[in-house]
Amino acid sequence: MFFTYLGRELRRRARQASIIAIGLALGIGLVITVTALSSGVKNAQGEVLHSLYGQDTDITVTKAPTFGSFSAGGSTRFRFGGTGSGTRPKAGTKVTIDNLTSTGLSSLSAADVTSAAKLTNVAAAAGGLTLTDTKDSITIPSSTSGGGGFGGGGGGGGFGNFHPPTTMTVDGVDVSGNAAALGPLSSAKLASGRTLAASDSNSDVVLLDSNYATSNKLKVGSTVTIAKTSFKVVGLVSQAASSNPPDAFIPLARAQALGTASGKSLKGDVNTIYVAANSAQNITGVSKELSALLPKTTVTNQNDLAKQLTGSVASASSLANNLGKWLAIAVLAAAFLLASLLTTAAVSRRVREFGTLKALGWNSRRVVGQVVGEAITIGIIGGAVGVGLGFLGSALVGHFSSSLTASLGSDTGSATPGGARFFGGGGGGFPGGGGGGFPGGGSGVNRFRSALANNSPTIHVHLTPTISGGAIAAAVVLAIAGGLIAGGFGGWRAARLRPAAALARVE
Amino acid sequence: MYKLTNVKKDYQKGRGVVHALQGVDLTIDDGEWLAIQGPTGHGKSTLLQMLGGLDRPTSGSIQFGDPVSGGDLAQLRETQVTKVRAESIGFIFQTFNLIPTLTAQENVEVALVPLRVPAAERRQRAAAALADLGLADRARHLPSELSGGQQQRVAIARALVKEPKVLLADEPTGNLDEGTRDEIIGLLEKMWRDHHLTLVLVTHDSTVARRAQRLGIMKNGKLSIKQDTRSQAASAPGAGLQAGSLG
Repeated sequence: MFFTYLGRELRRRARQASIIAIGLALGIGLVITVTALSSGVKNAQGEVLHSLYGQDTDITVTKAPTFGSFSAGGSTRFRFGGTGSGTRPKAGTKVTIDNLTSTGLSSLSAADVTSAAKLTNVAAAAGGLTLTDTKDSITIPSSTSGGGGFGGGGGGGGFGNFHPPTTMTVDGVDVSGNAAALGPLSSAKLASGRTLAASDSNSDVVLLDSNYATSNKLKVGSTVTIAKTSFKVVGLVSQAASSNPPDAFIPLARAQALGTASGKSLKGDVNTIYVAANSAQNITGVSKELSALLPKTTVTNQNDLAKQLTGSVASASSLANNLGKWLAIAVLAAAFLLASLLTTAAVSRRVREFGTLKALGWNSRRVVGQVVGEAITIGIIGGAVGVGLGFLGSALVGHFSSSLTASLGSDTGSATPGGARFFGGGGGGFPGGGGGGFPGGGSGVNRFRSALANNSPTIHVHLTPTISGGAIAAAVVLAIAGGLIAGGFGGWRAARLRPAAALARVE
Repeated sequence: MYKLTNVKKDYQKGRGVVHALQGVDLTIDDGEWLAIQGPTGHGKSTLLQMLGGLDRPTSGSIQFGDPVSGGDLAQLRETQVTKVRAESIGFIFQTFNLIPTLTAQENVEVALVPLRVPAAERRQRAAAALADLGLADRARHLPSELSGGQQQRVAIARALVKEPKVLLADEPTGNLDEGTRDEIIGLLEKMWRDHHLTLVLVTHDSTVARRAQRLGIMKNGKLSIKQDTRSQAASAPGAGLQAGSLG
């Protein structure tokens, strides 16, 4: 009888029921579309951000260089010989320089990586080195202004035939265990050959960026010289250009053995720690713990970088989270109110009917149950149509939206005080020599921080709204809630009816 | 079946109070047919509502049933009064009060729903009740597809399908033409006799009222008994009125 009565009643007031259902459908459809849009924007942001520091990395730790830690200053000095004041080579001698150096970031120890990995809520931690391999060959000129060092680039002490050195950015990556899933290599896609394995830890093997390989006519099997050491190319990877990717990846142990920072060996050191939290909810907490553990470092997480995103992806995010969210809430609230008013009005028109039922022995609970059942049925119909509208809305947004753009701002926890800057490379050397420096060495700064500079590239991502199972479940809950609210108002009205008063009403 | 003691009912109307019932004392025996007559607005329907538990008196008691299994309708909780109505009291209204979206059969079944009668039994009893009243071929029709007399017969079937002890009829022929009125009253009389009901019928029609065993007059909220034929042969119907055909 319940369903028979319910179905007949809804058929009788089909127009009113349709209005209520459409109102609920619009509200729910808008909620789903906005949720899908937010999800799509988040995915777009994630695509941008993950390309910078790796798929599974949530937090990075770096350390700004201390003032004076580099030999860069107003001038550079070229020194010869092991003691730094060695004998100048003969005029006409061709000198080849190939240095692997860390610039722009101070070193952190392997012990720091281990300590970070042991923190609560840390799933994994890995160290990495962001280095620059600088190559140049110069011919010693015939004239000299005396022994010792020369002012770089100045007056009669200048070098003939000066040309800028060639640089190659090299990342030393930890390929052992869980660490292999962290860092920029994790978001690179293998294009040919193979990736680095744990067994390569002490091998002279290299992965090249496929664009770099193409530009330099290199392929799998080729040989590349890094810090005067021959590395065999075992694979090529493709990386998002937006992430300012390194040209090459070598095993961390080899990078530590060959690299230097301010003339000192990098053995046992890293200059970036990549950390993965065990859940998204713990990222902020882990960031705080890392800051406490390593107080003089810069800890940056996804949320910090997300705040710096500019461009239409940021606008879309703002639109979805602010205007979109509140618009959806307003429409849904209006739909609930409309449903409640119309349901209460329908109950008022059925006063005599409900009074008769009560006279026949129907208790208030049965009468209210009938009213609530009708309202929930309308809600479910509205919800189903709303889900359909949500899918349609999301599809339309995805189809008609142009690609989003994203850039990163310059002012965000950069490891280099005051923003990313180029420092003179350290640790250069002439044959037999120790210190020395080059003006304007290649960018050894942390990659994503270099992307934070004002001249960071604009990244294009496509917006793909995503409807999750959770959103559909939420729609069902909203539909039932809408029905319950409307039915509650109507049911309350019906429950208060006294049979005698109801039967006395003239319709 | 009923014992009313000094029952009063007051209504607030604007700034004033309306004394709908002013101390009614009444005893209704099992199986009795009592008609209540009187001008409009003098408390007939209010008295019927008290008997049916549709409203509570301002003061007084309404003993229903025997002292052991019955109770004072004025004191029982709402759920208990609802249960009494569901099990023991059948109603017939002037305007039929059928549910417009349900068929004749479904309207009769509605009375059995509170008694938690299984669906199959409900259908069977409703069909039988309609057949008793000559409406077997109208079972699937909506109220809008039935004549006034047919609708009232459906309402009578609905009132009787649960085999009540009491049948309360509030102006059952008020909306019917003369011919149909006679038919319905004849039918009610037959049902009263066949089912051994206690029948309380409110009417302003003297022709109808005279057919009852006892006639009470409501005036200004007070009841006085005008006619009492219970000691006479109860099977004789009123003069000039025959139970109409059921077609």
